[in-house]
This record gives sequence, structure tokens and C-alpha cells, in this order.
Amino acid sequence: MSVKAPKMAGLKSVAPKAAPLDMVARTGNEVMAEAMRQINPDVVAAYPITPATEVVQIFAGFVADGLVDTEFVTVESEHSAMSACIGASQAGGRVMTATSSQGLALMAEMVYIAAGLRLPIVMAEVNRALSAPINIHCDHSDTMLVRDAGWIQIFSENAQEAYDNMIQAVRIAEASAVRLPAMVTTDGFIISHGMEGVSLIPDEAVREFIGTFSPVYPLLDVDNPVTIGPIMFTDYYFESRRQVAEAMKNAHQVIADVGAEFGDRFGRRYGYLDAYRMEDAEVAVVALGSTAGTARAAVDAMRQKGIKAGSVKVRVYRPFPADMIRATLGHLKAVAVLDRSDALNNHAAPLCLDVTTALYSTGLGASRPSPPSERPRILNYVYGLGGRDIKPADIQKVFGDLEQAARGHAAFAPAPQNESPMYLGVRE
Amino acid sequence: MSDATQGASEKEGRLEPRHGWRDMPLGGVIPKAGSATEYETGDWRSIRPLHSKERCINCLLCWVYCPDAAIRLQDGKVEGIDYEHCKGCGICAKECPQKVHAIEMVPEGRIKEMEAGDRDVR
Repeated sequence: MSVKAPKMAGLKSVAPKAAPLDMVARTGNEVMAEAMRQINPDVVAAYPITPATEVVQIFAGFVADGLVDTEFVTVESEHSAMSACIGASQAGGRVMTATSSQGLALMAEMVYIAAGLRLPIVMAEVNRALSAPINIHCDHSDTMLVRDAGWIQIFSENAQEAYDNMIQAVRIAEASAVRLPAMVTTDGFIISHGMEGVSLIPDEAVREFIGTFSPVYPLLDVDNPVTIGPIMFTDYYFESRRQVAEAMKNAHQVIADVGAEFGDRFGRRYGYLDAYRMEDAEVAVVALGSTAGTARAAVDAMRQKGIKAGSVKVRVYRPFPADMIRATLGHLKAVAVLDRSDALNNHAAPLCLDVTTALYSTGLGASRPSPPSERPRILNYVYGLGGRDIKPADIQKVFGDLEQAARGHAAFAPAPQNESPMYLGVRE
Repeated sequence: MSDATQGASEKEGRLEPRHGWRDMPLGGVIPKAGSATEYETGDWRSIRPLHSKERCINCLLCWVYCPDAAIRLQDGKVEGIDYEHCKGCGICAKECPQKVHAIEMVPEGRIKEMEAGDRDVR
């Protein structure tokens, strides 16, 4: 959604009369599998892992029932799953998979290779904590592990967004200016197993929207043999990596275009950020995923108390929308970044590092930046690790800290004193 | 915004050191078949196989096992070694029958000494 259109925050009431949409009750996993059925990829290679298992389990049912043309490869590990996806994509197929947590960690080596080889594989990733201790519930540690792998990362707030994001991810990944793999994430159990009303798009409309896949160097084109994955030393490796960076830059515009076109066709517009009550906000919280909805409830509560509160959901995490973060948050008095993962670096968690750099760096395309003293004070909270609930009251407490920070500005030090990040909801 | 899927080097048919990142094919692909001969891997070598025609019985085990197709044959006999592509792995010397011992692995540093002076390898 455009940063200028905060009204679009609630996606529930936007089914236009023209489009033949029907609302059904589905879980996040069910709609991700449904999107895969409609996309009808050539190959899916996957290994089950909680809480993403259902995505490919349901999809395997579609394969068994003959509802898709997909070759479903049951592999022996996630490393093999991504390896098979890479081979199938390089062969010339449209390829998808799904995983979570330890599965993503095990496939990490191949995740980087998929991006370096520029293969537009689309993956459903259900966010779950990483061991140890072992845990099956939501946090964002798993996708942060491959934050810098060269994959597009789109976070979903609810099942509707998970469904819509899956369909858009195919177009984004396969765009000729991009050609990068993309992962669409949902919060484990909160979205993956939570049942909601979802508007589904007719099969034909999905297929028309995504179009057909045109591989660039298909290995099955035996008349034009090529070498893939050759070694590059000091001579060409750097140039090859620079190309990946450029593709991620190009994705910035493509994601906006695809989100707008999706909105024109199906009534739900998508952009980088979802800004809620930000028009006159003085303080705001920033979050990824399902917590954005909780944050909006907290914003409403704070507004009733007369506090000029707002919230920003970051939908697209990679590429990171630094310019829009700056435009949306740069003039505020204080900003709290809520991170559902910890970088364990005695400094700041991942989303906070990105937001802070966007707001304070003058080297990232900022035109005429305001002096640092006029930019917002930033508080960083790590919350919800291993699926620990976050409630509106927790975020209201954050707004209380923000109010103090806004009033005292640089003098403000939250309790416990001078700690960054702060831990929200942990037992002391 | 450019199409990321084609680089200038593809139109020219060859990637050269002067080419920048915009010119390179997508994803590091080599879009031309049979191009391995153009990649001279001989300069990776630190030990050099020296082949003795006198000792060689032309069993061709070295030719079979060489991973870089660097054993040169003529009329079914070992003619010599392609030093532009031989990486010096030593597999040929290892596979050469012990009693024949027609291939000796010699450090490149010693080769330089030999070329400069007078010393016989054996």
C-alpha cells in the first residue's frame, strides 16, 4: 500500500463489485496451498516441517487428485528440496516450495545459490523460531538467517495477504528486470493455522495475472547448451554479485507496479508499507507480520487517550524500502521498532538496524536530510520470541515509553537503563 | 530499468576482462558450449607432470583418468601433456603403473631452475 493511503490498512472491506470474488474460511497454510494450485507450477520439491507442512501436504493432495500438472518431488531433506528446485528452475520450469525454521536453516546453502544463479523460485516460508531450545512457534529468526541471501522477502499480516502475496511473488520474481527468488512469509500458527475469511480469485484470473514463465537459459533447450554455476575467482565473482544487487534494486519498482496492478484487477492494492493513522502522528511503532494488526488496535487505544500515535507495517523486507521509511517516519518525534527476532549483537535487532539506517544515513538516497537532532529518537524492542504472545497492552506500554522519549527526547532512557534492545514480554 | 537477462558479452560471444557487471550473462551462465578450452587452468599448477616417452608403454591409463583431458595423444600414443590446461593434480602419475613410472611430478619451482640451468630431472 502506498504510504499516502493509510486508509487501506484494513483489507477486509475492499472486495469490488466488478470482480467475481468469493469469501471463504481458510487458514494461512490452506490459502498458500490454494495459491500454489492456481499457479500450477511445473515442479514442487519439498520436505515437511512444522508449521509449514500443511502447505505442501495439501498441495500434494492437489497433485494426487490431478488438479495440477506439477511434478512433485519428495526429497530427503530441505537441502535436497532447494537443490531439486534449483535444478528444475534451471531446466526451465516454474518452481515452488515451502519450508520453515530448521528447514530453512538446512537449505540455507542452496538458498544463496538459487539467488546467485538468478532463479525465480517462489517459496512459502512459515516463520518459526530457530533452535536451541527447540520450539515450533512464531518468530522471525529463520528468515533473518537468510536476510542477505538475495531473496525477495514479503511478510504477510494475515491469510488474505499470504494468498495475495504468493500470487504477486511469481510475477515479481520472474520479471525480466529482477529474476530473483522470492519468499512469502506468514507468522507460524498465528497465520498458518489461524482460520480467517479470505477472498479467493478465480483460477483463470490468477493464471492470466501471472502469465507464462519464460526461462532465460533453460537446460532442456538442448540445441543451445550452456554451463551453469561455473567457478568465478577474483576475475568475475564481484561483477556477478553486483548484478544480484542491481536486480534487487530493480525489484523496488517492479514490486510497486505488480502491487498496483494486483489492486486494479482484484481490488486489493499492495505497496511496501502499510501506514496507519500516520497523517498527524508524532510517535509510531514499526513491525513485520501479524503484529501490525495488534499495533493498530494499540494505536486506536492511544488515540482515544489523545496521543498522536500511528503504526507502520513493513510488508516488503527485502528489498528494504528505506526511502519510504524515511518519508513516513523521518519527521516523527520517536519511533519504536518491534523486532520478532534478536541479532544477539549487544546493539540492535535486524528491523531496527534497517529502520535506523534509513532514518539516519545520508548516503542512501536521502535528499536534503534534516539534521540528526530533528530526526526521531528510536527505541528497539525484541518481542514474541518462540511464539510468546504480544498483546495490545504490550504495545500500549511501548507507546508510553515513546511518549516519554518524545517529551524528553535525547534525555530519555528507558528502564532498564540504557539497554538496547529492550525485551518486551520477557520475565525478568 | 534494464532487462537483467542479457549482457553485451553474449552479443559479442565472449567475456573479456574489460567487460563490466552490466555486460555479463545472467547468473554467471556461460552461454556458449565447448568453451572450457578457452579457460586456461594451467596457471593453477604448482607441480608439473613430466612425461617420458622412453618409459611409457602407452597403456593410456593417464589419458583415461585425467580430469582435464590434458593428456595429448597422437596415433594412439601419448604425445605429451597440455600444460595450458593441466592443473597439476598428479592423478596421471598415480595411475601410471608403478613399474613403468613414465610420469614424474616435479615442483614448478624446480622446473624453473632446470630451465635456467643444467640439471636433469631424473
